[in-house]
Amino acid sequence: MAKQVYYEDVEVGSGITPLTKIATTRMLVQWAGASGDFNPLHYDDDFAKGMGVGAPIVHGALKRAWLGQLMTDWIGEQGKLKKLSCQYRGMDYPRKMKTREEPHDGETWWCKGKVTKKYEEGGEHLVECEIWVENGKGEKTTPGSALIALPTRSGK
Amino acid sequence: MAEGSLITDELRKLIGVSSGPIVSKVEEGAIQRYAQAIGDPNPLYNDPDFAKKTKYGRLLAPPGFTGWPIKAGRPTERLLESLAKAGAPTRGLDGGVEFEFIQPVCAGDVLTATTKIANMIERETRLGKTMFTTVEATFVNQKGDVALKSRSTFIQF
Repeated sequence: MAKQVYYEDVEVGSGITPLTKIATTRMLVQWAGASGDFNPLHYDDDFAKGMGVGAPIVHGALKRAWLGQLMTDWIGEQGKLKKLSCQYRGMDYPRKMKTREEPHDGETWWCKGKVTKKYEEGGEHLVECEIWVENGKGEKTTPGSALIALPTRSGK
Repeated sequence: MAEGSLITDELRKLIGVSSGPIVSKVEEGAIQRYAQAIGDPNPLYNDPDFAKKTKYGRLLAPPGFTGWPIKAGRPTERLLESLAKAGAPTRGLDGGVEFEFIQPVCAGDVLTATTKIANMIERETRLGKTMFTTVEATFVNQKGDVALKSRSTFIQF
């Protein structure tokens, strides 16, 4: 696990350590099973076309879960994720599989974020962040925000 | 109401309607499979022996685990079914969610979920006439503490 980040370490504009992900058709099947979301929008070509999105799309909730990992990786064991929100603005299309395990070449997604505000309230050291998932074209398909509480170096 | 509005009087009546409660247990295996599906190797979610030595004492669920896998989706699905019956458009997408995490959710916890249709609005989008429905959910754990709250937006067009 990464080393602990402290309240004193971050400033408005500070970046969050980015996280990369590659969505594949295989991953979408795994996510469907693990999350219980069996909407055919995420695995049936004809159904997805009928819904007007062209082809099966990445689950919004999976992208949200990536953003959850972005935050919990960054805030470490002593940080606390208090709020997380995101909007599924743009469609993302998974890479198809080349072999049982390996996807074809294609898009890589980045989860990124930056600090927008820091303040103390109710005895907690709070930090607000703007976060997003960015596709291979650099488009923010899933913008969101997070509120975290961080430990302090002084322990107060 | 504007001519041809998607939000009929029948739909409008559903605002404020609750569904649930639905009670479900947070299973260790379900947490592990969920973390694997995210591709998150955090030992707090994957390794019960590691988790035992932490302040949680049991596997911790990743944030947002409570979305679908512990059947929170069921009351939400019921609400969506009631929307469909009341004449909402049948094409739908998940619009987004806001979570407020209040207490940790761990393996063995029992969560009781209730959901409510909080709001319905209509806007013209690139999908045409589009309806946005906000559903609020509250999850209470076995100690009676609110573990988390969510506000989800469903898009129908």
